[in-house]
Amino acid sequence: MTDADHPQHPNGPYGADNPEKPNGSEEPNDPEEPNGSDHQDGSENPRDRPRCNNRDDRGQWDDQAGLESVRIPMQRTPAEDGGPLRGPAPSPWPQAPAPRPARRQGRTPEQFSHTALRSLLGAWALTACSPREAAAVEHHLGDCGSCAEEALRLRDAVGLLHPAENLDLAPELRPRVLAHCLGRRPPRVPVPDWAVPYEAETARLDALLKDIGGAEWHAPVRLRWYEHGRRVSRRTTVAGTVAHLLSVDGLVAVALELADPLGADTPGGLGPTKRTEAYWGASPVPPTCLVRLPWREQSRRLVRTVSFLAEEAAEPGAAGAPVSYGDFVLPLPDALLERAFECWIHAGDVAEAVAYPYGPPAANHLHRMIDLAARLLPAALARRRYDRAAPARAGAHARSLRLEIEGAGGGEWLVPLEGPSGPASEGAEEVAHVALDGVEFCRLAAGRIPPQDAMAGGTGDREAITEVLTAAAALSRL
Amino acid sequence: MAQNAPPRWDRAMHLRLARGEAAALGELYDRYAPLVHGLAHRVLAEDAAADAITREVFARLWEHPDAYQPERGPLRTWLAELAHRLAVQRLRSTAPAGAAAARGDGGGAHERDRPGDHAGEQLERTVHRASAAARADYIVESMPVSLRAALELAYFRRRDCRQAAADLGITEDEAHRRLRLGLQLLATAHGSGPLDPPLGYDTPPDPADPSSNPGRTT
Repeated sequence: MTDADHPQHPNGPYGADNPEKPNGSEEPNDPEEPNGSDHQDGSENPRDRPRCNNRDDRGQWDDQAGLESVRIPMQRTPAEDGGPLRGPAPSPWPQAPAPRPARRQGRTPEQFSHTALRSLLGAWALTACSPREAAAVEHHLGDCGSCAEEALRLRDAVGLLHPAENLDLAPELRPRVLAHCLGRRPPRVPVPDWAVPYEAETARLDALLKDIGGAEWHAPVRLRWYEHGRRVSRRTTVAGTVAHLLSVDGLVAVALELADPLGADTPGGLGPTKRTEAYWGASPVPPTCLVRLPWREQSRRLVRTVSFLAEEAAEPGAAGAPVSYGDFVLPLPDALLERAFECWIHAGDVAEAVAYPYGPPAANHLHRMIDLAARLLPAALARRRYDRAAPARAGAHARSLRLEIEGAGGGEWLVPLEGPSGPASEGAEEVAHVALDGVEFCRLAAGRIPPQDAMAGGTGDREAITEVLTAAAALSRL
Repeated sequence: MAQNAPPRWDRAMHLRLARGEAAALGELYDRYAPLVHGLAHRVLAEDAAADAITREVFARLWEHPDAYQPERGPLRTWLAELAHRLAVQRLRSTAPAGAAAARGDGGGAHERDRPGDHAGEQLERTVHRASAAARADYIVESMPVSLRAALELAYFRRRDCRQAAADLGITEDEAHRRLRLGLQLLATAHGSGPLDPPLGYDTPPDPADPSSNPGRTT
């Protein structure tokens, strides 16, 4: 017999990465002939007759389990129950032992050679033959011990086919497994804690992308954000969304002096929107699933690079140059946190487009993201005032708003209302208190819900509350 | 993604793990956790148990990166072997005689034990079936895409040969060939009983066993 027919795995079934070609040959020649005898096109080989007719002899030539004690199982259960079986009812072989005379009467069997029938065994075991072929195979099984043995084996193998289960690992498992590992052997080059949310969110999105099909990459996605107090949106696809992440993550790559995904000759100083449009516009065809790999590779490179940078940096958090977003700058840790936030939000867009459930980040990561947004609020408030040319409240005392975030990852933040350069919030008068859920706040800051729709409870100065919620929405952008 | 990983990836990963790079551990998890967890789950039919095996598999490699030697074979295979072995061990140890029958209700892999059998035989049968089911999963996942696609069409989507051949753009004869070859590969899952570590692989050390050498044999 050839190796291709009975694949030999010297290392067991896990030993071969490509089990189809154990010896570089994949075409089965004559699988069941231990003596090398050749069944040619149904010619009656005298040596075969006793075998086929006398099952008691099988032990001599069949090294598989004794056939006396087993029988060909019924045709397979369909993957989904309830559907009609294709093809004919299974042959009750061997209980109905002898359609053999039919062979001599020269009906079906003559139309198929032994070789042809043998090649049909896989299809037969899967009930994928035409009724005529299935009938011929079943007839043949009553005659030919070697084919009967293989049919039994293959039918048995069909029972091992299971729908893949457990495709989605629980997202909580990853941090638990990693923490367990790192507890048993502390890393020499840890991922800095401010980079962990980015690492986790990119891994989570990648797991989602791995499972989506070719057509789903082109499912429509509408990206929404606020510009000058107005809600704007932009149509793209799942692949276009990932391309957007790739382009904007590139800002961090550039700051770290890594390769720019937009190409080396991309002008510096472009913000997220311009970079995304440059990437989308650089190719005549829309992005495809191929964008996943460069996005993933870049995100891994970023995590790896900042790990080494943080390790070399004298003081924690001092690693790396600040990241320029065109019209503003963030320190590297905040930039990576911002990218983690965007990754989650856009993963939500993708998940919605392909109707997949997608939960919020881990509570401690969510907390860091909320903290970043809360720290960015004063500048956003100041920008809004500047846009409206609102006069500074001359001579007024400093005011602040207490932002209470509920739920996992929540906390309390005092937001100075007079802008980042305003007086320190400690002495400021607390004029309002607003409470909302953490995920709700993030969706607001991502432009996914309008400020007037945010389910916020508040007391105090209504105008201040509206200002802050509107400023939170203004943190969003493409 | 995880399939046909170039050995270069394995070598680089091995180096990075040995250097103690936490980022490498994350990448390793992302690539292989579904495989490891899936195999363990097929054997144990229980989420919490599969989680525990997953944790142990990655912890052993992280703790003793040199237990894996890239020149001896793919990392994927090594991890699958370890996951399978630990899962089967756990199945044996947590299914004491008599309790084996109760383990059959979690997943399709486990057989209901017949009355009148000895508990030991029941356990062996349970272990064999769970083990074969896990191997079968691995075989299907590792087989060439051409074979797997044909099997999926014929089995899960219930296409007949003519339809499957048309879907794949191949002749019917080729469809027959792929289905047969695919099932032949799958049938090897029934092979030997509990897995031995494949030839040439060091066994990752068992922390519970002080005599185990942390993978330094060469």
